[in-house]
Amino acid sequence: MRIIISHSSSEPIYKQIVYQLKELILKGQLKAGDALPSIRNLAKELQISVITTKRAYEELEREGFIQTVQGKGSFVATHNKEMLKKKKYSIVEEKLMEAVLAAKSLELTWNELIEILQQLYDKEA
Amino acid sequence: MGNILEVKDLRKNFKSFALKGISFTLPKGYVMGFIGPNGAGKSTTIKLIMNLLKKDGGQIKVLGKDHIKYEKEIKNHIGFVYDENHFYEELTLREMKTIIAPFYKTWDEKIFDKYMKIFELPLEKKIKELSKGMKMKFSLAIALSHDAKLLIMDEPTSGLDPIFRSELLDILREIIQDDEKSVFFSTHITSDLEKIADYITFIHDGQIILSNTKDDILDNYCIVKGGLDLLDKDAQKAFVGIRKNNYGFEGLVENRGKVRELFKENIVIEKPSLEDIMLYIVRGSQYA
Repeated sequence: MRIIISHSSSEPIYKQIVYQLKELILKGQLKAGDALPSIRNLAKELQISVITTKRAYEELEREGFIQTVQGKGSFVATHNKEMLKKKKYSIVEEKLMEAVLAAKSLELTWNELIEILQQLYDKEA
Repeated sequence: MGNILEVKDLRKNFKSFALKGISFTLPKGYVMGFIGPNGAGKSTTIKLIMNLLKKDGGQIKVLGKDHIKYEKEIKNHIGFVYDENHFYEELTLREMKTIIAPFYKTWDEKIFDKYMKIFELPLEKKIKELSKGMKMKFSLAIALSHDAKLLIMDEPTSGLDPIFRSELLDILREIIQDDEKSVFFSTHITSDLEKIADYITFIHDGQIILSNTKDDILDNYCIVKGGLDLLDKDAQKAFVGIRKNNYGFEGLVENRGKVRELFKENIVIEKPSLEDIMLYIVRGSQYA
């Protein structure tokens, strides 16, 4: 498990943790039932405050990525394929929305936007 | 969860300074940084909590109990670490420990030995031969050996070099691993808190300006920079504090969301540090 925190990023630290853990779960590097480090331990390792870590875990719990069992700790939640797919979609949707907004404010047409997306997708393949 | 420390409407009057009814709460298991400029009332507050000074009004509860009515019981659970050396200089660490230990019902010799080893403290050395950092570690070892639930530290990092300060923060991180212990520490070196503190309470001129989770404080405020042409009267009002020079302005805004409404483009928005927030609030009126 790898988590890298940037203190100079404008992204709040708890969001950085949420995002990176989500990614690990969606990519299958963390599997259903896998134990996560305790909130206090993760805070110590990353040299951040306990509340920051707690907030990240709470958000992951709310979104159904992890489960916390009193006295036992936090685990990656079991989820069905449909839900995983939805979550993958929602991550990409969020990013694309930024692109759509940028395109609209710069008055690009739909076709121009699609063309850019196509080029970018092909380049990465 | 419960609160380890509750301060309510605490008042103390001196000739030239007054603590004007301050309130804040520290939940169990967390670290609170107590910041403010020199003379803001940090040490007075801590002395009142420790009952080293008599309060003029208000209430202080430690572990849910009144700090005067249950003073003896409570002091068993408080580890007090402060800036000045309060040990007998001529004694060795072992001799000093022998004097202190009987005061505490909860003293545990094994834990003391453990921390002396971890902190690499020489039992047979005299206290006056220790460096400032070592004295601090000795204070901590004593506090931890009587199973303190609340560590109260007055300026623990002042006068220590960055390497020892970082070591101290590591020790504190280790201490709070068990969910049980809480730390309340005053400092004017805010960068130490930026990392470890869960809560920040900011005192200025005997009043609490802010008391909240560090994340909320840092998320809420932002530094805005831009050209002077953008600063009309309305815009200026949005700033907690502002600094102008010939080429532009730089200021602190409390509501991050509002910034985008006020200024469309052409500004730079940055994350503030606790020091920025402290500086702009304290000096805000001077700059505006």
